[in-house]
Amino acid sequence: MNIVVCIKQVPDTAEVKINPDTGTLMREGVPSIVNPFDMFAIEEALCLKEKFGGIATVLTMGPPQAVQALREALAMGADEAVLLTDRAFAGSDTWATAYTLSLAIRRMGPFDIVLCGKQAIDGDTGQVGPGLAVQLNVTALTYVSRINKVEIKPAPGLIEVERVLDEGRETLQAQLPVLLTVVKDINLPRLSTIKDIRRALRMKIPTWSAADLAGVDPLKLGLDGSPTRVITICSPPGRAGTVEMIPAADIEQAAVALVEKILAEKIL
Amino acid sequence: MAIVSIDKEKCIGCGACIDVCPFGALILADDLAAATDQCTACGACLDVCPVEAMSLPNRPDAPARDLKEYQGVWVWVEQFNGKVQSISWEMMGQGRKLADRRKAALTACVLGHDVEHITREAVAFGADRVFRADHPDLGVYRTSPYAGVLVDLVRRYKPEIFLLGASLRGRDLAGSVAAELYTGLTADCTGLEIDLDSGLLRQTRPAFGGNILATIICPNHRPQMSTVRHRVFEMPPADAAREGQVIAVNVDLDKKRIATRVIDFVREYAEVNLTEARVIVSGGRGLGGPKGFEILRELADVLGGAVGASRAAVDAGWISYEHQVGQTGRTVRPDLYIACGISGAVQHLAGMNTARVIVAVNKDPAAPIFSVADYGIQGDLFQIVPALTEQFRKRLK
Repeated sequence: MNIVVCIKQVPDTAEVKINPDTGTLMREGVPSIVNPFDMFAIEEALCLKEKFGGIATVLTMGPPQAVQALREALAMGADEAVLLTDRAFAGSDTWATAYTLSLAIRRMGPFDIVLCGKQAIDGDTGQVGPGLAVQLNVTALTYVSRINKVEIKPAPGLIEVERVLDEGRETLQAQLPVLLTVVKDINLPRLSTIKDIRRALRMKIPTWSAADLAGVDPLKLGLDGSPTRVITICSPPGRAGTVEMIPAADIEQAAVALVEKILAEKIL
Repeated sequence: MAIVSIDKEKCIGCGACIDVCPFGALILADDLAAATDQCTACGACLDVCPVEAMSLPNRPDAPARDLKEYQGVWVWVEQFNGKVQSISWEMMGQGRKLADRRKAALTACVLGHDVEHITREAVAFGADRVFRADHPDLGVYRTSPYAGVLVDLVRRYKPEIFLLGASLRGRDLAGSVAAELYTGLTADCTGLEIDLDSGLLRQTRPAFGGNILATIICPNHRPQMSTVRHRVFEMPPADAAREGQVIAVNVDLDKKRIATRVIDFVREYAEVNLTEARVIVSGGRGLGGPKGFEILRELADVLGGAVGASRAAVDAGWISYEHQVGQTGRTVRPDLYIACGISGAVQHLAGMNTARVIVAVNKDPAAPIFSVADYGIQGDLFQIVPALTEQFRKRLK
């Protein structure tokens, strides 16, 4: 089975803080991590590989330091990695990113399953997965919480998954090849040992630029290829005021007081 | 070489740009600002530079591509089992305002099977025109046939703006449609306005886990697409006397091309859908076990709300993942969020801090949740929550 995992190196947005004086984002010293949802994608790829045999290749599009994210995936057990990096890719929105990734995946050859995390914790759009499926002309199954089964034969092959919707969970079947975006519930990513990490540091990771992508249309890359444009960024307004603590020495009185306050808000 | 240029003659090395860059693309080199490859041309630094030393290159505008042919605001009306998701009507309300601003028509796209009743509702909520794609193969949502119908309609009727709800289905569908049409899609919008000068749709949305608000435009591609968060816009009033045009869409699906089958569906929520809920009672590590959620469920029932959970409670197996609120769970926007035994880690706050009123119940007075709460009680939730349930029962009769 040929499995491709698309990952992204992101700032740890839980660690990002707002400067209390200027109200702006403080990016200093915030560590870069593999996007948490991509960790579940890597783990799922490894589970599939262990079950069916084959190769798990991990791919990322980013600045040169994104190679660090690839090494983490290799340490977990991915077989190969490719770094897609080029100044021409800078400023890509989700459409241009999906386009660029699709060209790289086409260059890799036939695949059975592409795995992505449900969304990146910096962009928070969840659009690259579905966009990539369109570019590759395969079905996208999003918000997958479990792979029930995969049957490689008879061709073209079949996959059955459970996915999360707002109202509950749905079981879907689709033909291979397929692209999945996965949610946190799907698995528990394995830890790497020091030995794995050292081995990953020694592995060769090819770097592909725009010139390495057959059939690339430069007008569809990077900032110029992106239909959307960010025009301003600001800090969101904080919540006004401080908490009003209800004295709780007498539980019943406290409950009466709090219920009174809530009803006064006229939201029920 | 980065995208942004810094005029070294003007730069005074104040570092304001470095602080504000969300991508860490600016550094100090020889006491002057310099930009790295991380730059994405977002423009945040241009706004804060006191000496106007920063500039972005003029981008060649792509060919107009008949932009003027694209007119009107469309809304995808999401239905499940014949019932419309409230987000769709919320978007109709805002869609109506946008359409009026652009002096254009508002169109609702209704897809499903046996959905005639929905077309009447759509008109009542403000649609001038409704496309009704009614077909047995559209009875249950699947990406490919739904996207296929919408892409065909867009290519034929050319809307300027297309709104879809940011439900999981909506994000799935919009992502597919926008990619197929090679147009811009902005996810999870919390603000939509028409720019007075350019006439473009200004789409505001949170990013970086809610740490920043970005405003985005789609200048050269059509339609300008957005998915809209639940409960950001108000439900519009319904006017049953309104009239509108209903167009039955001929649905011609190539069954061989639709590779997906829906086998089964299990409704997880006994009560309200978390993303639509007006009231959420949520529990965390302080519950100590699954039984704690029974107390929360009682309170939620009295209030007509849903039950949420922190990551800690879900990871401990006390409640299923659907209930998780936070960075790796759901983002919710209820009118009332009652957090019980939840410390208030940054990742959890990212999922609920736009709730209208936040109440926190926690034993620990130093819990970070109290810094975002409007009301708080420090104490034992196992006593306080039942007392609240009792009081609400009395008062809400």
